[in-house]
Amino acid sequence: MTTGSKSIILSWLTTADHKRIGIMYMVTALFFLVIGGGEALLIRMQLFYPNNDLLVGMKFNAAFTMHGTTMIFLVVMPLNAAFFNYLIPLMIGARDVAFPRLNAFTFWIFLLGGILLHVSFFMGQTPATGWFGYANLSTKHFLPDMGADFWGLSVQILGLSTLIASVNFFVTIINMRAKGMSLFRMPLFVWTTLVTQLLIFLSFPVITIALLMLMFDRTFGTNFFNPDMGGNVVLWQHLFWVFGHPEVYILILPPMGIISEVLPTFSKKPLFGYTVVIYSTCALALMGFTVWAHHMFTVGMGNWTNLVFSMATMMIAVPTGVKIFNWLFTMWGGSIRFTSPMLYAMGFILMFTIGGLTGVMHASPPIDAQHQDSYFVVGHFHYVLIGGAIMGIMAGFHYWFPKMFGKMLSEPLAITQFILLTIGLNMTFMSMHFVGLEGMPRRVFTYSAEQGWTFWNQIATYGAFVQGLGFLLFFYNIWRSLRYGEDASADPWDARTLEWSISSPPPEFNFAVEPIIERTDDFWYKKQKIGARAIEQLTGKEQVSVPKGSYYPFLATLALSLIPVGFLIFTQNQDQYSILLISALGGGLLFYFLVKWAFEPLFEE
Amino acid sequence: MTHETTTGIDNRKMALWVMIGSECMLFGSLIINYLIQVHQIAGVENPDLIRPAQVINVPVTSLSTFVLLMSSLAMVLSLNGLQHGDIAQFRKWCFGTAGLGAIFLGFQAYEFTEFYWEGLGLTANNFGAAFFLLTGTHGAHVLVGVIWLLIMGGWSYRTSFQSEHHSILLEVAGLYWHFVDVIWIIIFTVVYLFVLAP
Ligand SMILES: [Cu+2]
Repeated sequence: MTTGSKSIILSWLTTADHKRIGIMYMVTALFFLVIGGGEALLIRMQLFYPNNDLLVGMKFNAAFTMHGTTMIFLVVMPLNAAFFNYLIPLMIGARDVAFPRLNAFTFWIFLLGGILLHVSFFMGQTPATGWFGYANLSTKHFLPDMGADFWGLSVQILGLSTLIASVNFFVTIINMRAKGMSLFRMPLFVWTTLVTQLLIFLSFPVITIALLMLMFDRTFGTNFFNPDMGGNVVLWQHLFWVFGHPEVYILILPPMGIISEVLPTFSKKPLFGYTVVIYSTCALALMGFTVWAHHMFTVGMGNWTNLVFSMATMMIAVPTGVKIFNWLFTMWGGSIRFTSPMLYAMGFILMFTIGGLTGVMHASPPIDAQHQDSYFVVGHFHYVLIGGAIMGIMAGFHYWFPKMFGKMLSEPLAITQFILLTIGLNMTFMSMHFVGLEGMPRRVFTYSAEQGWTFWNQIATYGAFVQGLGFLLFFYNIWRSLRYGEDASADPWDARTLEWSISSPPPEFNFAVEPIIERTDDFWYKKQKIGARAIEQLTGKEQVSVPKGSYYPFLATLALSLIPVGFLIFTQNQDQYSILLISALGGGLLFYFLVKWAFEPLFEE
Repeated sequence: MTHETTTGIDNRKMALWVMIGSECMLFGSLIINYLIQVHQIAGVENPDLIRPAQVINVPVTSLSTFVLLMSSLAMVLSLNGLQHGDIAQFRKWCFGTAGLGAIFLGFQAYEFTEFYWEGLGLTANNFGAAFFLLTGTHGAHVLVGVIWLLIMGGWSYRTSFQSEHHSILLEVAGLYWHFVDVIWIIIFTVVYLFVLAP
């Protein structure tokens, strides 16, 4: 290895630059997208024929568990995080986040969590609990291998990463805004990010405790979820969904923010009802905490409980509907350019609305009793997560790619991918609604020909491969653009927010001159007034100090990794407490590095 | 180096406030779990089950609660010293706070071993497990605070320590300390004082 490439690796390993960290999040998440997508294709292949034997029993359980956990914690959340990292400081006119090195730390522990989850593959101990890890299915009695331990610890570490990041971004948005950037002048993506961080730091502690209790049950012999010893399995469901429902908004709010940026740009109109969209985002977040038990209508909580949660759930349709109409009115009468980000944003509105409508259907307990655990539900939430979250993320990806990498993507390729994704996802997930109504339960690895589910299952599998083809095209497009793509100008889309006022990609210090904001869409109005001079021209003489890199976030992560390693070995040898010394060593090293880090100056002295 | 923040509040202080919001949900979950388990055990007829009223020692814990409350007072005095540039006062009360925290932890260690000898180990029943999880998590928070304060106090012997620049750090540490104290008041009420109720 040459010293040049060595120093490049070191510079990424020690970076505290939010833009580089954003890119690292994005690359890692796209890598996990390939894994999670591959698992989806395997599941669909197994279900292609009745009585197929490609992936049966626990292997099938492992596949859907890993698919769900990967897609939620290792794909959609980090893709959102990639946009937070890259864009939030740029959009609020800041030079970095509030805690740059902590930001690096969150990325490294996220990577650790992802790796830990996948190490289970190589040890033949893959989690097979479902992404929700329902106790007591996930207790030692029913799953004696290490799969559930891997799952619990990985989710715990990923949760820690998300929690630290949420504190960082919350403080960044409240405290690091440029002059004049009052809360009600912030771009909508910044708003949805802010609300998302609030949801994260209020909901993740609950899953932390649930996982801690599960860990104690599995390893230290407590009986929180063991009904024979007075344990309560419904408690797990409550704790899980108190986290799990806000989690849905953690996944979907940032993409909603993304399309609230994309739609105005390509409609050449400000966002319709800017403040109303903000208020409905906040309402959605608050209501998100009051509806968790709609995942438990068939548990037997009693009619009154079901009624209250059913009504609360139906009310969620109100702020959601408000947003959908605001997006539609943003396009109304605008001069629309049908670019790939715009198509994805429009796809979001349509697909998300379909997912939302079926969501309102099973907000009703008697209907839910029919839908519960059928493919109808799987179809519903995939419309929300692929038709919604992924569509929105794709809109953002095609929109900001020129800013992040300084290259334009190929529009024909991007639009072809959009068409493939839209056709494919409707084939797959619409079919699931039908086969669900015909009674096919979810999480079963096969069915018999007489049940009559073959046709729709095969359509669904074809659709999955059409989507896969679309993603193949997507990766080819990225590769082609990075190699041969034309250079992007600072403002290729004639956009409205601050990040477009600086070069593509932005310099390390973001803004040579700190911007002063006078209104919403400030950059847009400056462009109308002074034309292209609104775009910052660098003279090459800017002297702006940026945070210097640090080894400690990475070293602290290495130390942290010893804690789960020691613990996992201990779960298999529960009489040898000395094994826990590995974890203790990790804890000690972690403490040492954190102290060194705390006393290391952030800027060059 | 320190950049003016939008709100004028130091980033680290705001981060701690956000963290406190998060911690409220953490302890909230633990307390609710504890109440559920106590409620559950109350409905079981089994003379061998150890119940809260049998083990919980209100007088001893009242004493340790008093110690923790006094530590908050010491914390205030320490911060007051640093903000007025009185390093000696800061140091004395900073170590004093840490010391009182350590005494509180000693009480907790005593209590845990007492319970253990009375037959309430971690796995004896779910009331015990929830109790250890709740008070243990709180104890871990106190331990973090003690270490934090010891580092702050120890640092003041170095030349890099400047009272005018670093009092904000003690303020943040103090905020954390008071929060952990307030959480204990809630735990004391729920776990210990509710036992006294008929
Ligand atoms: Cu829900």
